[in-house]
Amino acid sequence: MPWAGETPAEGDKVEGTPEGRRVVITGIGVVAPGGIGRKQYWELLTAGRTATRTISLFDASPFRSRVAAECDFDPLAAGLSRRQIRQWDRTTQFAVVAGREALEDSGILGQTAPYRTGVMMGTACGSTMSLDSEYALVSDEGKSWQVDEFHGSPYLYDYFVPSSMAAELAWIVEAEGPVGVVSTGCTSGVDVLGHSADLIREGQADVILTGASDAAISPITVACFDAIKATTARNDAPETASRPFDRTRNGFVLGEGCAVFVLEELEHARLRDAHIYAEVSGHASRCNAYSMTGLNDQGLEMADAITAALDMARFDPAVIDYVNAHGSATKQNDRHETDALKRSLGSHAYDIPVSSIKSMIGHSLGAVGALETAACAMALEHAVVPPTANLTEPDPDCDLDYVPLTAREHKVDAILSVASGFGGFQSALVLNKPERRAV
Amino acid sequence: MDTFDTTTLVQLLRECAGEEEEVDLDGDILDTAFEDLGYDSLALFNTVSRIERDYGVELPDEVVAVAQTPRQLMDLVNTGIAERV
Amino acid sequence: MTATGVQTRPVITGIGIVAPNGMSTDDYWSAVLRGDSGIRRITRFDPSSYPAAIAGEIPEYDPAGLLPNRLLPQTDRMTRLALIAAQEALRDADADPAEMPPFACGVVTSASAGGFEFGQKELQALWSQGGKFVSAYQSFAWFYPVNTGQISIRHGMRGPGSAIVAEGAGGLDAIAKARRHLRAGTSLMVTGGVDGSLSPWSWLCILRSGRISTSSDPHSAFVPFDRRARGAVVGEGGALFVMEDPDRAAERGAAHRYGEVLGYGTTFDPRPGTGRPPGLRRAVELALAEARTEPSDIDVVFADAAGSPELDLVEAETIASVFGPRGVPVTATKTLTGRLLAGGAPLDVATALLSMRDGVIPATVHVDSPAYEDLLDLVRDVPREQRVSTALVLARGEGGYNSALVVRKAT
Repeated sequence: MPWAGETPAEGDKVEGTPEGRRVVITGIGVVAPGGIGRKQYWELLTAGRTATRTISLFDASPFRSRVAAECDFDPLAAGLSRRQIRQWDRTTQFAVVAGREALEDSGILGQTAPYRTGVMMGTACGSTMSLDSEYALVSDEGKSWQVDEFHGSPYLYDYFVPSSMAAELAWIVEAEGPVGVVSTGCTSGVDVLGHSADLIREGQADVILTGASDAAISPITVACFDAIKATTARNDAPETASRPFDRTRNGFVLGEGCAVFVLEELEHARLRDAHIYAEVSGHASRCNAYSMTGLNDQGLEMADAITAALDMARFDPAVIDYVNAHGSATKQNDRHETDALKRSLGSHAYDIPVSSIKSMIGHSLGAVGALETAACAMALEHAVVPPTANLTEPDPDCDLDYVPLTAREHKVDAILSVASGFGGFQSALVLNKPERRAV
Repeated sequence: MDTFDTTTLVQLLRECAGEEEEVDLDGDILDTAFEDLGYDSLALFNTVSRIERDYGVELPDEVVAVAQTPRQLMDLVNTGIAERV
Repeated sequence: MTATGVQTRPVITGIGIVAPNGMSTDDYWSAVLRGDSGIRRITRFDPSSYPAAIAGEIPEYDPAGLLPNRLLPQTDRMTRLALIAAQEALRDADADPAEMPPFACGVVTSASAGGFEFGQKELQALWSQGGKFVSAYQSFAWFYPVNTGQISIRHGMRGPGSAIVAEGAGGLDAIAKARRHLRAGTSLMVTGGVDGSLSPWSWLCILRSGRISTSSDPHSAFVPFDRRARGAVVGEGGALFVMEDPDRAAERGAAHRYGEVLGYGTTFDPRPGTGRPPGLRRAVELALAEARTEPSDIDVVFADAAGSPELDLVEAETIASVFGPRGVPVTATKTLTGRLLAGGAPLDVATALLSMRDGVIPATVHVDSPAYEDLLDLVRDVPREQRVSTALVLARGEGGYNSALVVRKAT
């Protein structure tokens, strides 16, 4: 039995510290534009290099926005079998590859109790890429509607329901506890971490493999963002197209990718001498109840989410050493977010480095919050803050310290990560070194 | 389909974005802000995109931000039609 | 979360239902008690060339008067139905979130595949005409949390918002998550799920699950726990609830207190071939343990009722092993509606609450040759009048998802 050993017997709940159960990250796996694996990812971010380019995954020439941050992902080289590649959408492929890396990093395989182990994944778009191409196939590119039941992939139902992705990971980690998908559009990657941490704190699991994956650089996604001019059309300069907080920013660059974490109860991690990257100590989400795509002027909901997440962590704004911004590089977001940071952090907002790594890896929708969390965990580890690339002409309305162009060595003990998304969702996550937080 | 009038605009707004119950789109709306007519930027993106297709014009990305009223939008569309080659 | 917070038992104060056999709580409940089924041949598209043609389809209705006209071009049918149910639930609870403190109210719903019919229309536009023909609304109208977002906007709910996807089990997970937010300080949550997807494109995907009954007879297509069980019928609809912190509900004088969510458990099945047992029983035990309830305290079980022989057997054995053979009345009112994807389990919770209110266990229909009579006391054909104070709702989702919820009549 792979889960036997020094770990608690199946079904036994590990008791947390007397003051309550705390939740930590003990493993990280990444599939990102510019590199597969957390090390390459961190190298890209700290070098301030951008991974945005002209779309190569399909012929984007008929579209308005033709730049994206694509992953150089070779599924065979990444260890997937031909059957898995045929069966799984790219989103699930990313999740499995990143999941394996996280498990290996944490060294937890063989030390989990299935009943006490869960899987929670975030995604905004699920298997959109497969659904898009399968639709083209079954409809002969829209010319006819084939209903031959043998037409189209045998795995259409797995593409239909994104819960299939979490199920695959559950089998890999032998999870028989809580399993599911959290989907809140572009805040999914932050919200799934908050949800998983809640489940561990509550005692529903001791270990959860969690994170978010999206691979939706496909015609339907590009078309719908074209329709609302949310993406940049800076097609002649793809490498510098994502320009958060820059005066000349004019939309986001679509990205793809995945980050998966081993999330673990603190005592469980200590008992097995696990390396601890970060504690997940606070999370909150708010709806703006205003628009499915737009932001209202004041940033009240984002500010309240930040305040609530800090309250949950029992942190004063002054404790925060770094803010990982949503920073999507739409005109509206970056101003809205700057206002929300000032509203929630007060004068400290001006003292804290704030950066948007979307300048380098684009905006991978639901996955990006998890990718940003991975960056935050590594910032804690290395005491380095990744920069905001392409920020050469500051916007007078965005007047915080956005760490332009080059990474900065900086003592980081506690981090606030912010996310904003369609549906009106505004979320905040707080990470810290466990010793920073005297509970 | 060579000029773009109020009747057509109202018809397209209704088709692309629906209509607010309390607003009379058949009344004098030419200089009423779209916002007061119940239309947000999404509604206008949808409508503008339909106009571009139906009339074979290309309007600048900023048209939704620039055109605050039906009259302003119609002027921009008619300019586009006149410049069409 | 404080120690007192953990003991808080949020109370359900409003119910909204949209179902194939009734477009409101009252219509649905009377149809259920009469045994009126909503399972019929699909009319939303011509199903004649597909191997299956039966579904729990909600009959055509006029959204005018029920929904603002401005919302129609930007909503999938599923979202319209969810908005109708949310409005009914809030009216039933006599609650107006817009009048409450700014962040006091939130929304957590369950979803499966999102607004697939809307998505099909846009995919068709994209591939047949080009990218410029794709609607500006496509960017969110199809996505999984669309119901949460639209409900929050329509009712001015600015607290926590989320959506959970766990196929057929996700509805219970959403309710559990909403309960967590109430315990953490939010006053009121709209939760549950309304789902459904009947378009040629979704139908092709759904058929590919391999779980769908190909019978063309609405009366025998979906017969869980029957010797003739040959698969599931899917449908559209579900239920949404207003769930509140009990103190806040009392303060504002909530008119109804349908029930409390007492216990919840969720598990995942092991990979086939490991020899390990399926997880449903553990989900039940976790829910009972959290509810501090003995099996003998449960008055009725609302079964998941998958409708396939293997899954039905697992459920029948699970129920018999926890409660003893024929140890508790079991019903599957989804035989009247089909399985509503992420909306089915919330509808069962609603049915359980109504069952408690009126002291009657509604019946399972069409099960003429019961397969597990030695294990299950299935309430068949005729509702059983009896006091119901505590109910267990079971839900499973494709892939191995199991969830269980214990609800108790509010005192």
